[in-house]
This record gives sequence, structure tokens and C-alpha cells, in this order.
Amino acid sequence: MLWIAQRASAAVLALCVAVHLATMIYAIRGGLSAAEILGRTRGSAGWLAFYSLFVLAVTVHAPIGLRPILGEWLRWRGASRDLFLLALAMLLAGLGMRALLGVFR
Amino acid sequence: MVLTTPATIAVRVWRGGAAGVFQAFEVPRHESQTVLDVVTYIQRSLDATLAYRYACRVGMCGSCAMMVNGRARWTCRTHIDLVLQDRKDITIAPLRNLPVIRDLVTDMREFFDKWARAKGRFQGRVSRNEDFERIKPDDPDRVQVDAGIECIGCAVCYASCDVVAWNPDYLGPAALNRAWTLIKDARDAKTMARLRAVAGDAGCHSCHTHLSCTERCPKSISPTAGIAGLKRAVVSAVVGKAF
Repeated sequence: MLWIAQRASAAVLALCVAVHLATMIYAIRGGLSAAEILGRTRGSAGWLAFYSLFVLAVTVHAPIGLRPILGEWLRWRGASRDLFLLALAMLLAGLGMRALLGVFR
Repeated sequence: MVLTTPATIAVRVWRGGAAGVFQAFEVPRHESQTVLDVVTYIQRSLDATLAYRYACRVGMCGSCAMMVNGRARWTCRTHIDLVLQDRKDITIAPLRNLPVIRDLVTDMREFFDKWARAKGRFQGRVSRNEDFERIKPDDPDRVQVDAGIECIGCAVCYASCDVVAWNPDYLGPAALNRAWTLIKDARDAKTMARLRAVAGDAGCHSCHTHLSCTERCPKSISPTAGIAGLKRAVVSAVVGKAF
């Protein structure tokens, strides 16, 4: 059920965005270099799990949200729209996981 | 009575079908005059070819709704004073979101077909040989039914709904409100079939909670509340089935 998935992913995103922003603001107080960031994220299974969840929630949430916008504003409905949104979901998942693995490895 | 207002009202009325023009009329102004009085005066005294629809004149039948100054209203219970205020003229057009047959008359078939699609017909669980179901007036479900049951099917909510304009398949506030009142009715047996009918792209999940229907409903019903209830009921049914 898309509506339930949308609501559930929104709840996950609310938590993830809050944790992400709070961590960034807290961590960067004294200035932080790229090397220091990588030092903390590389090999951290916890951050990998957290941001994997974040990417998954975005992958679910964004295409479902875009679906009625395409239908109501562009009158784009039917299978072609849903295939496009599936491709968008895969693109978001791919880009998100690529970025995540980039700071984990 | 001492009239401090102008003796006439300038009225612009839609003439034609989907393609048409506004025609201007001058109508005498009276005390306690309604928009329907104005339309009736035009039809009886100025232009007998004007097509419009009404029946009861007292806010019961739901047949006289029109767009008045761009806003859907029941015309029989809308006073000219309310819609005129500081304006010198009023504009009367057929209801939005429905095909225009002629002048102020719309084709309501799609509106009522959607009630049928939302399974808006009561389906009892017992036969006439069994005793009456006993439902207390303060039963929480019954209270929710009572809040939505007075719909007169005027389509003011349907004409006010942007989602209907954007998504022609959307069942609309009135049909969904009807489904909600039946789902909360302890005597009705079609809850699951009805939840299936109102879920998805054409149903309650397409509602953006703009609340236009609730703001405009002449009977002060809140279809938005009913639609929110339907969303919760669908989730409960899906989760209940999964666990």
C-alpha cells in the first residue's frame, strides 16, 4: 500500500533528518576536516546502517510523493509514469548507496 | 422599509454549455432576497429560456447549487446581502467540476455514479424477520455517522474540491463521506468491500486535506474528517490482515 509506505517512510525520515542535522551541527563545532570525517565514518557499521536506512526511506518516500504531482499537474498517469518512478527510485537508491559506500570504505 | 441600497442588482449569468458567455441582467432588489430568487426572477420576467434547477427552495433537496461570485453555494439559502456586500454586481455560473448541460444546469450523473462506485448503498446484515439492531444515540460510531449523515447531495463540496479538478477519477468528498457514514453504521455489512472501493488513487488517499469541502458545505458537514477516518480504517484493515 503506497500510502502506508509513504507515511512510514516519512516517520523514518523525520528521525533520520533530525539525527543527521544534530550530528553535523554537533560534530562540526570546532571545525572538521574531510580526513577527520572519513576517519569517523570508515568502517563504522553503525553509521553504515543508519545511512542505509536513510537512503532506503528516501528511495521509498520521494517517488511516491512525486506520483500524484505528476498525475495532477502533468496529467501523467498509467504504467509509463510508474515505470519512470521505479527508475527514479532505483537511481536514488544507487546514488545514495554509492555516496554512502564512498565514505564507509 | 427604507431602502438604503440600490433599487436593482447587476447580475451576470452564464449562458450556453461548456462554451458560452455571461449575459448581464438588471434585477430589482428586495429585502431577504436569495440568489435563487434572483435567478427565478430572470427566468420568469426577463428571459424564459434561462435553464436552471431547483425544487424545495428551503435547503433540503440539494438541487439549486451554483457558483456565485466564483464560490459554490446553495442558492436558495444564500442571501443576496451575503454575496453582494460591497460589490455592485454578482456573477452566477454552473457548478464547477461537472459538465454543463445548458446555462446553470450541470450533468450530475458522474457525481452520483461516484457514490455508487464508493459503494454508497446501505447493505443490511439481517432480514426483515429479525429484530431491530439496537444502537444507542451516544454510541461513538453512531455519533460519527450523525456528523455526516445530513448530506443533501448538492455537490457544493464536489465543485469546491481541487483534487476532483486535477484527478477526474477521484470519488470526491460527498461520495467518500457517504462511504464513511456507512462504514461507521453498525447495521451495515459491506465494510470490507467499501474500504476496497475507497482506497487508492481514486479514493480517500488522494485527498490533500485542503478542507475546501468542509469550509463550503452548507450543512456544516466535514467530509475531510470522514476521509481521514477512511484512511485510518483502511490502514487498520491492512494491518489487521497482516498480523
